[in-house]
Amino acid sequence: MASAALALALTAISSTLAADTPDPVADAKAFRNYFVTKFPNVKPEDFVNGPYALNEDMRRQWEEKEQFPPYEFSLEMGKEMFAKPFRNGKSYADCFPDQGIGIRQNYPYFDAKEGKVITLELALNRCREANGEPPFSYVGDDMAALTAYMAFTSRGKPFDIKIPDDPRALEAYQNGKRYFYTRRGQLNFSCATCHVQNPGERMRAEILAPALGILNAMPIYRSEWGGMGTISRRLTTCNSQIRGVPLEPQADEYRDLEYYLSYVSNGLPISGPGSRP
Amino acid sequence: MASTIRVRAISSGETTEVQVLIQHPMDSGFVRDAKGEIIPPHFIQQLTFEYDGRNVFVADWGAAVSKDPYVKFSFKGGNKGDDLKISWVDNKGETDTTTAKIQ
Amino acid sequence: MNMTGFKTTMRLSILAPTFVLVIAATTSVLAASSEADFKTAYAAAEATNKEAGRLRNQWTVTAEALADARKAADKSDFDRAVASAKEAEALAKASIFQATSEKEAWKNLEIR
Repeated sequence: MASAALALALTAISSTLAADTPDPVADAKAFRNYFVTKFPNVKPEDFVNGPYALNEDMRRQWEEKEQFPPYEFSLEMGKEMFAKPFRNGKSYADCFPDQGIGIRQNYPYFDAKEGKVITLELALNRCREANGEPPFSYVGDDMAALTAYMAFTSRGKPFDIKIPDDPRALEAYQNGKRYFYTRRGQLNFSCATCHVQNPGERMRAEILAPALGILNAMPIYRSEWGGMGTISRRLTTCNSQIRGVPLEPQADEYRDLEYYLSYVSNGLPISGPGSRP
Repeated sequence: MASTIRVRAISSGETTEVQVLIQHPMDSGFVRDAKGEIIPPHFIQQLTFEYDGRNVFVADWGAAVSKDPYVKFSFKGGNKGDDLKISWVDNKGETDTTTAKIQ
Repeated sequence: MNMTGFKTTMRLSILAPTFVLVIAATTSVLAASSEADFKTAYAAAEATNKEAGRLRNQWTVTAEALADARKAADKSDFDRAVASAKEAEALAKASIFQATSEKEAWKNLEIR
């Protein structure tokens, strides 16, 4: 009994320590290890395909559809939107490094000047506003099409999220991690409840995706939505599905969450835009 | 305006496999918009595939087919380089047509 | 099921729904409610839900219960209005409890 109590006390201390001094490198390693161990037959890069990595039947249907993907229309629209100049003559290419092509894998990043996490969606709307254009809804079709195109230009490139040696960046990372594991909503689910404890299992008719690589396929064309949806759309709808009132799209918590989830998937390839049931 | 019909037809000797993706809202007429008003029905009623002067596939659709429908089927015959004509008509009388070469 | 690497706690998931059950049971013994009763109950529920909002953890069902209370009050069904308002307050309290206890409890789910 005494040794059990000691073990419990030690775990309690180590959990406090782990929470107080975040070690993202160790976190990412443990995160990846957990999923690779849980699904030994899945190739690490394949986790970015979510449910298709874990279910043969779904995979077959998906591979067939990929010959003629449902997201083609949105992707084309996104390409046109990206190329079209603003009324002031400038374009999205002027706001981003490398003309905005092949950069999606670097988002989100921590902006030291502002002291906050900048996601791709946020950066796109800031670009618009800086050039006299109205911002897009974060959960609407336009932002989805635009981010679909930008993801497409980065297909195959590994996630390369950086956490600078800045306590504010570490705090943002830690906030994101905390959000991921915190239970919320009347159904008392955390993101982890579905995507860490039950990947591959069914939630009603859907197969749950693993958290590893879960953002790599974003934005996604969901058959359920009949259209392309952004990360913001997915996060807010996940909240309401567990009966929690969603926060504003691109709220601090969501951006920090995206930061954490992207970082722990570093090294895995961008597969967006994706399609899901 | 760009065609709403994406098509790929591949001949493998005896049969030709056709895949098509059509851009169309396929509104059933049962869904309400944000203001609470019914979005009027707007869906493809007939989809036709014509090869060598005859119809090789005809679909009569209703409100139950989802947005941006995808169709895949095979038919006997069809040679590389031949034309395959695809057309649809919807409940509003709108149409679109495209001709693709069998690969 | 492979539990290596983290432990879970079942405490919170059992507590939250019982809160609601207790309130539902006691409403049946209330005598006829007045508009004043409704106003008091609704104000309390709203204030509690606002606190949950400050903790960034409101539940959709709380808003639904509040809406139901207001709708019933508009029809002068103050018994139902008070019952719904009290349920809303209980739900809001549960959501605050959830936010507060999850401040530490989340660590139990963390992959390490």
